[in-house]
Amino acid sequence: MANTDITSKEMDGFGPHGTVVGLLRVLGPAHVWALGVGIVLVGEYMGWNFAVGKGGAYAALIACWFAGILYSCVAMIDSEVTSTVAAAGGQYTQAKHIVGPLMAFNVGLYLTFAYTMLEAANAITAGYLVSVVASMTGYAGELDQRPFIILVIMFLAWLNYRGVLATLTFNLVITAIAFVAILVLFLSTSGVLGGGIMQHAALMEGHELPYGWIGVLAAMHFGLWYYLGIEGTTQAAEEVRSPARALPFGTLAGIMTLLIAATLTWYTCSGVLPWEYLGDGVDGSVAPLFDTARLSGSTGLVWLLGFGTLFATLASANGCINDASRAWFAMGRDKYLPGWFGAVHPRYRTPYRSIVFLVPIALIFALGAPLDQVITFSILSGLLEYTFMPLNVIMFRKKWPLNTIKRGYEHPFHPLPAIVLLCLCGITFFAVFLGYGTQLIAMIGFYIVVSLWFHFWRYRFVSRGAQFTMPWPKPEGY
Amino acid sequence: MARYIAPTQSKASQIFDVIFLVVLTLGALFVPLKMGLSGAAKTVAAPEANPTWESLGQTPAQAAQYEALGYTPESAHDLILARFDYSFTTGALLAMIVVIIAYYVLMLKFSETEYREVIAEKFDGK
Repeated sequence: MANTDITSKEMDGFGPHGTVVGLLRVLGPAHVWALGVGIVLVGEYMGWNFAVGKGGAYAALIACWFAGILYSCVAMIDSEVTSTVAAAGGQYTQAKHIVGPLMAFNVGLYLTFAYTMLEAANAITAGYLVSVVASMTGYAGELDQRPFIILVIMFLAWLNYRGVLATLTFNLVITAIAFVAILVLFLSTSGVLGGGIMQHAALMEGHELPYGWIGVLAAMHFGLWYYLGIEGTTQAAEEVRSPARALPFGTLAGIMTLLIAATLTWYTCSGVLPWEYLGDGVDGSVAPLFDTARLSGSTGLVWLLGFGTLFATLASANGCINDASRAWFAMGRDKYLPGWFGAVHPRYRTPYRSIVFLVPIALIFALGAPLDQVITFSILSGLLEYTFMPLNVIMFRKKWPLNTIKRGYEHPFHPLPAIVLLCLCGITFFAVFLGYGTQLIAMIGFYIVVSLWFHFWRYRFVSRGAQFTMPWPKPEGY
Repeated sequence: MARYIAPTQSKASQIFDVIFLVVLTLGALFVPLKMGLSGAAKTVAAPEANPTWESLGQTPAQAAQYEALGYTPESAHDLILARFDYSFTTGALLAMIVVIIAYYVLMLKFSETEYREVIAEKFDGK
């Protein structure tokens, strides 16, 4: 068995390809949890409710659970592969070692765009929240949200620039508060603590499945939003003290947290808000947990969920900047993109050029596109990535069977999770096709064009053998 | 086969590559939006001339929640009655399936060619 030494204390940030300094190994399992849940938890505070609009409240619940299965498969597969391929770039680096350079380039772009669009969506929501607070506190005019959107992105980019430990410790604290806020809202409105205000049967009467079963399929599109981003834990691989332990632990604890949060969120909101209002995330309920708190009649809950929503958006945007910059940085380091992006800050040990470069891109999306379109682009990039993952793990097991290299975690029932994941991705592609077929084709057209550009032009600047940085034996079949 | 030596890319060429990628990205998002092809718009098939909660299909419990949110039957009219259109043609569905499969086949085929070069140079010293 080859010694992959993924728990090395000496190889600080690996620092491959001749870089002078690498990223700093300072993170623990709690930070990995905070990175994964922090990115995703905003999905319970906004965005998931578009699934209600696509098929009704019950359809959104079915989508929530099927998307939960999809992401459980993602977390299991990811935990095995990334606990072995412990390097920045996450799935990009996995693809580079297992499938090949062009797939890796595409996966790197999926990651960058999924997280940058999600960051933009978070900034839009933060700006909306400030405008709601302004009107609740007596401001009569129409508040310009743009300065707040810019401020959120700039502040979090600065935090990321200054160091990963402070960034993810900040995420840990605000994510924990946002999660507790959901629990408190559920306990306060469901009747567990005091009088309950839930009326599921009355609110759904006559509207059980307003679009029939095709609405259930359509709801899968935004069902992904309950969990989208949990796979981002892998981006911390080069900065955790013990990848073999911290990555599987943080990722699997994260998906369990999200399954609980997603179900409680659906139960709480659908029992208080009418489905048509809940399902319209643009003209109706932009922040459904906050709206539920408003209808509870409790000022304390309104403030708690207001802060919960704000903290969730900040945590998510923060994690997205972290992850998008790591993916961009890793591609720069390998010369898949100009090598200038592959630099690490000599003092803060962060991929500072990638962080700064992605700021204006996020701002263009946040200030120039509507929320549902931004979310759809993020979901589409995520969906393309999830479709790659079952192919990736099947090839991983085939090229390096168990016991040929040391794995930090071995996921059970292989290849069942891969097959289930592939089938659920197929269903979700159909769901996207039902509402956003043009974007789907536009996005795949974009990836085909950039793939041809990479294969026939960009790849000439990439050293061949040097891309393979894992100390593994030669893959079987080659 | 000789070991591959990657050429050095000029700064101007690097900048051009980045601009090319950014322009393509913005185009993929904004062109469908600007051309009005972004889809997913809801429409009201049968508007109510003088809407009431009953004519909008709302029970007293549902109407009470809308009123608590500050809506009247008039202001909630579009919100309640607007629906998505999920009709599609088999041709469009088949076209989407072909595009997705063709994309992944292209990825895997080109990736495999490149991957064999990587493995050969890394492990066989070629």
